[in-house]
Amino acid sequence: MPDPSFLFAQALSGLTAAMFLFLIASGLTLIFGVLRVLNFAHGSFYMLGAYMAFQVVRWLGREPSSFWWAALGAAVGVAVLGGVVERLLLRHLYDKEELYQLLFTYALVLILSDAAKVLWGTGQLSVSRPPGLAGAFRFFGTTIPYYNLFILLLGPAIALLFWLALTRTRRGRFIRAAALDREMLGALGVNVSGLYTGVFVLGSFLAGLGGALVTPVKAIVPGMDVEIIVEAFIVVVIGGLGSFWGTFLGALIYGQVLSFGILIFPRFSIFSVFALMAVVLILRPWGLLGRPLKT
Amino acid sequence: MLEVRGVQKAFDGFQAVAGVSLAVARGEIAAIIGPNGAGKTTLFNLVTGHLRPDAGAVLLEGRDITGLPPHQVCRLGMGRSFQRTNIFPRLSVFQNVQAAFISHRGRGLDLLSRVDRLYRDEAEALLASLGLLERAGEMSGFLSHGAQKQLELGIALASEPKLLLLDEPTAGMSATETHETIRLISRIARERDLTLLFTEHDMDVVFSIAQRITVLHQGHVIAEGAPAEVRSDPEVRRVYLGERR
Amino acid sequence: MSALRRAPWGLLAALAALAVPLVGSRFYTFVATDVAIMALFAVSLNLLLGYTGLVSFGHAAYFGVGAYTTGLLMKKAGVAFLLAFPAAGVLAGLCALVFGFFCVRLTKIYFAMLTLAFAQIVWAICFKWNDVTGGEQGMPEIPYPDLAWMERLPVVGDLRTSDHFHLLTVVVVALCFWLLRRIVGSPFGRILTTIRENPERAEFIGVHVRRWELLAFVLSGAFAGLAGALFGIFNRGVFPDFVYWTKSSEVLIMTILGGMGYFYGPAVGALVLLVLNQQITSYTEYWPFVLGTILIVLLFAFPGGIVGALDAGCRRLARLRRA
Repeated sequence: MPDPSFLFAQALSGLTAAMFLFLIASGLTLIFGVLRVLNFAHGSFYMLGAYMAFQVVRWLGREPSSFWWAALGAAVGVAVLGGVVERLLLRHLYDKEELYQLLFTYALVLILSDAAKVLWGTGQLSVSRPPGLAGAFRFFGTTIPYYNLFILLLGPAIALLFWLALTRTRRGRFIRAAALDREMLGALGVNVSGLYTGVFVLGSFLAGLGGALVTPVKAIVPGMDVEIIVEAFIVVVIGGLGSFWGTFLGALIYGQVLSFGILIFPRFSIFSVFALMAVVLILRPWGLLGRPLKT
Repeated sequence: MLEVRGVQKAFDGFQAVAGVSLAVARGEIAAIIGPNGAGKTTLFNLVTGHLRPDAGAVLLEGRDITGLPPHQVCRLGMGRSFQRTNIFPRLSVFQNVQAAFISHRGRGLDLLSRVDRLYRDEAEALLASLGLLERAGEMSGFLSHGAQKQLELGIALASEPKLLLLDEPTAGMSATETHETIRLISRIARERDLTLLFTEHDMDVVFSIAQRITVLHQGHVIAEGAPAEVRSDPEVRRVYLGERR
Repeated sequence: MSALRRAPWGLLAALAALAVPLVGSRFYTFVATDVAIMALFAVSLNLLLGYTGLVSFGHAAYFGVGAYTTGLLMKKAGVAFLLAFPAAGVLAGLCALVFGFFCVRLTKIYFAMLTLAFAQIVWAICFKWNDVTGGEQGMPEIPYPDLAWMERLPVVGDLRTSDHFHLLTVVVVALCFWLLRRIVGSPFGRILTTIRENPERAEFIGVHVRRWELLAFVLSGAFAGLAGALFGIFNRGVFPDFVYWTKSSEVLIMTILGGMGYFYGPAVGALVLLVLNQQITSYTEYWPFVLGTILIVLLFAFPGGIVGALDAGCRRLARLRRA
């Protein structure tokens, strides 16, 4: 019987990973739910968020608050980029085949990944933890960094915030309506194209924020865009494309699977991750909380 | 020819079709009418196999076809046109009809013959009877709405059906187009000895060619019979005239 | 202008390809073989994409299966090319049958994601199964087929083995193209286009849409496997990155770049992309950036691909001439 504090540590690490993933995947599922576009470039936005945070921290120096400004700045920066991309380019593809929209986002991945290489080089970069949250405490036999605790609390907080916004505010209701029937919404006089831009900006903000917040925990490297988008895909497929709580659930499940899976199957990662995705798509393509597909 | 026995269908708790029964005799021209949302298209979808009924049965020439997939229902002799024009837009008018012949005559697995002139005579004859022969080479997506509807009729006819289901065949047409389409449909029904079942909103159309009318309202049959009977049925008048006011 | 259309482009291209070793250097022959093989790969994908309307993100799986099959048979079992080559097609087709069975039950984005998932599973197997596939190192030193008989031929007898293989490749690819052309121009092909245009309508002219989609999937996979077999030999080795998703995205881009609405479109796309890749990577390491930009220009300005743009241009010229 494995050590309970060890199990606890693994579960906790799985939860932390899940919260990061949720942050990114929620933006992905939001964009898919409303725009019906699976945004491959979402991972690139995450990566840019990380790089931008690094850059801002460098500019601001070793202030106690510079990390937080950097995170905010990165998220906003990525959001602006997302808005520009959607307004100027993506919207012209809405009336074309879905394949073209997907390829566009893929082209963005190619461009942004090289852009990052030009601007920040190919080496590993990192950002240190914000002074307020450096250090750790002991609980139940394991050491928990304060920063990780912050992330563990932030995840559900953001989920709750979004849930409230989507269900209680007018804009939120429009967003949910657009996911169900955009033609009808347009016929009702709602500015659907503005809504689309808003959703894309919001999703990109989340991706950028996720990327910025992950910098004290993970190294910033080229290739992090692809790595995260694959994981985000799986989370979103498990939970159900377009379902917000499904993404939360999917992230939780995937986090634990990742955490414990590596112990049970040492050769776990690459094969099992895609096998999981295939199994879900074969047995229940609409995921755990998604809407069943029309036959 | 066609018998529908007590079919029911609910969507997320909303009962779209609540126990509908009807029968259409061979060679008859029958119509289903009813206000919007009465369940007409759902009923059609249940008959053609696009939807599976929660309860009840559908019989074609005495054979139980309930729950069979659409392609099998089609092969058993049912043809259908759809509410929103359903053609193959980037194929030419000729190719649209030819494809239906290919499928119907079982050549769909032929991987090596050349398809250019296959069933050319049959397709051209069919197009001629619909008045579309001169446009055979045009891309069907560019045709006018009325012409597309005619083409759709042609596609359905190419499968040599015994029973033809038409979902709002004159939807979106002008008065002249409607008149022409109705003349065309009744002529073809006579020539090919077809049984016809259609839904319509245009009452003039319905009363001009239907021999038997079924009236649906909120998923139930509220009246059925010859046009004169249905016209004077008080329940029908209430549903239609009441709604108009 | 219709004369331009009716010109036997395929035949001309094949003849040109055959002539390359005679007039060009070793490098040009190398490029030409690469183009021929990738052209076959791309056209096989287009059977699924352009003709049936199914978007596959994992076509490299069948390419890889074909390559590994031929590699294994020829290197480890000493089987002759004459058997190993069709075996690649058969195995790739079987693989497509199994995967396709599950994929065709889904639509659009779900279909695409499952094709990707399956392809990555195949990649993971190739990457990890060291005993059979050589794992990360792959299988280097795949032998050439026995081409000694070519030395007795006039004109080409004195060329190098790699040139002989190039000629063999061109002939084989041309044959495959001929077959594929017959298939898309057959009643079966016509039915596939109806599925692309309007699956609901196709259903109601009696077409069992899933079954035809699966058939297209299998044929498409089989020809991709044949391309993979040729590539394994050409590349003098079979490696896991033949199956990686980047390969799938490469062939997808080629197909669309050339024009998925035309039979030879993807072949043109393969030619342009490979030549561009060659040229640009010799100047800069930022080929992804260039590719991304090309893709964006393509999507916005030339959605019909290169051949589509040429076709539209020709038609406009014809109209101006008539006016």
